[in-house]
Amino acid sequence: MTVIWILLAVLAVGVYLSWTAGRLDRLHARVDSSRAALDAQLLRRSAVAQEIATSGLLDPASSLVLAGAAHEARNAAEEEREVAESDLTRALRILFEAPDQADDLRARPGGEELVAELQTAVRRVPMARRFHNDAVRGARAVRRHRLVRYLRLAGHAPYPVTFEMDDEEPHALQPGGS
Amino acid sequence: MRIGVVCPYSWDVPGGVQYHVRDLAANLIARGHEVSVLAPADDDTPLPDYVVPAGRAVPVRYNGSVARLNFGFLSAARVRRWIHDGHFDVLHIHEPATPSLSLLACWAASGPVVATFHTSNARSRAMIAAYPILQPALEKISARIAVSEYARRTLVEHLGGDAVVIPNGVDVGFFADAPVEPAWQGTPEAPTIGFIGRIDESRKGLPTLIEAFPRIVEAFPGVRLLVAGRGDAEEAVADLPEALRGQVTFLGMIGDPDKARLLRSVDVYVAPNTGGESFGIILVEAMSAAAPVLASDLDAFRQVLDGGRAGELFAVEDAEALAAAAVGLLRDPVRREELREVGRKHVRRYDWETVGTDILGVYETVTAGAPAA
Repeated sequence: MTVIWILLAVLAVGVYLSWTAGRLDRLHARVDSSRAALDAQLLRRSAVAQEIATSGLLDPASSLVLAGAAHEARNAAEEEREVAESDLTRALRILFEAPDQADDLRARPGGEELVAELQTAVRRVPMARRFHNDAVRGARAVRRHRLVRYLRLAGHAPYPVTFEMDDEEPHALQPGGS
Repeated sequence: MRIGVVCPYSWDVPGGVQYHVRDLAANLIARGHEVSVLAPADDDTPLPDYVVPAGRAVPVRYNGSVARLNFGFLSAARVRRWIHDGHFDVLHIHEPATPSLSLLACWAASGPVVATFHTSNARSRAMIAAYPILQPALEKISARIAVSEYARRTLVEHLGGDAVVIPNGVDVGFFADAPVEPAWQGTPEAPTIGFIGRIDESRKGLPTLIEAFPRIVEAFPGVRLLVAGRGDAEEAVADLPEALRGQVTFLGMIGDPDKARLLRSVDVYVAPNTGGESFGIILVEAMSAAAPVLASDLDAFRQVLDGGRAGELFAVEDAEALAAAAVGLLRDPVRREELREVGRKHVRRYDWETVGTDILGVYETVTAGAPAA
């Protein structure tokens, strides 16, 4: 009788462990895909910023500042990425702080599409970042479990890290904000 | 894009979440996407062709009120089959923590999942006890949407993690273009005040407004109060002096076109709710119809009214303050005109055009990340 109970207990523990490992695996996959989505959105944003900077629709000083920030963001090393992307955010915010800048750009040939694209890009970066940080938190919560730590259920998967940056969109580009 | 939407509450019962899902589906279909909505409904209820009935919902007491929910073995099987046959690019689940179709869908999902959290309930002991059960299912959600900053805060407190805020959508044009109804319009001496909401639900705050009414009459003897909503009219005015009862008109339950006309016609719209609101769609509708809004100072309302810039606020359940604010507004046509103007501009962010684009943005962000794991 006791033997059966012990066997059952071992089986239950086994099922629980394999279920937890599966859960953790799914969470890691979510972290990876949300990070890929965030990278895609950041790249899209710097690409549009670059395009606006080189379009000749802005004054030369603004063009230069924006092009510089976009270039830095695209080429930053991994550990400087958060800072560089935040700098691009600030450059965009300062550029569109002037109340008529967005309207002026829209009125120029081809400007309408560029502003619309930028508007989409600056809106999606904060979205993608929140989804990523949310995934990271979920994965970390499971990895903190004692059993997961002792039995190394996380395997060789790197410890998930959040992406911290200033991603507040320019007020003038928000719907109803201009 | 193929989008599967899960609505946890009965399709044939009116409610905020149901309206939101209906309008969302209509908006996505108009943009050329394929949408299938899974909702509790009897097999013989007439449904729009994009809705798949998931069977009858049973009334259960949950979270302080009786809700009609689907659960059990059969429902779970239907959900699984719908997800399997749908081949959706993204699954959008509303109220994922509700023990109904939503939680079942979360459980069964394998592809990218987006979830919208509508309510902001106070943390209950049942919720804390259920946390370990919920967590593995909720972990599958790749993108969380909260309908207001307030809803987001409660979500973060209860479940941890984060969410983006995308407000509920309103068809702004429908309210802005509605005709005015002369019978509901006021004059400078005899203005009209509007109220829409369940009469018998004290949470909607009609008692506060009724208590304040005599004080408003003192300043404007001809003022009229127009009340639209289900409930016992006689009981509602029981505390009001007999002489004033003639100045309160009960319109009963009204449909959307009448609601729009009412909001277009009144001089002030009052929302005296006492709590339990996570968003306040009626305020957005009132602003869309260019009605000056006076609302109780709830977190959710304060946010919708842009901290008081797009409408006036008064202390919750304070009839004295309500009366003073209402009289102040009725005496000041310039301020009312200003509120109409600010409101009209402010509601653009709640228009389905904007909201639909944002929600699609979330879908694209989630599906762009990587192929489903």
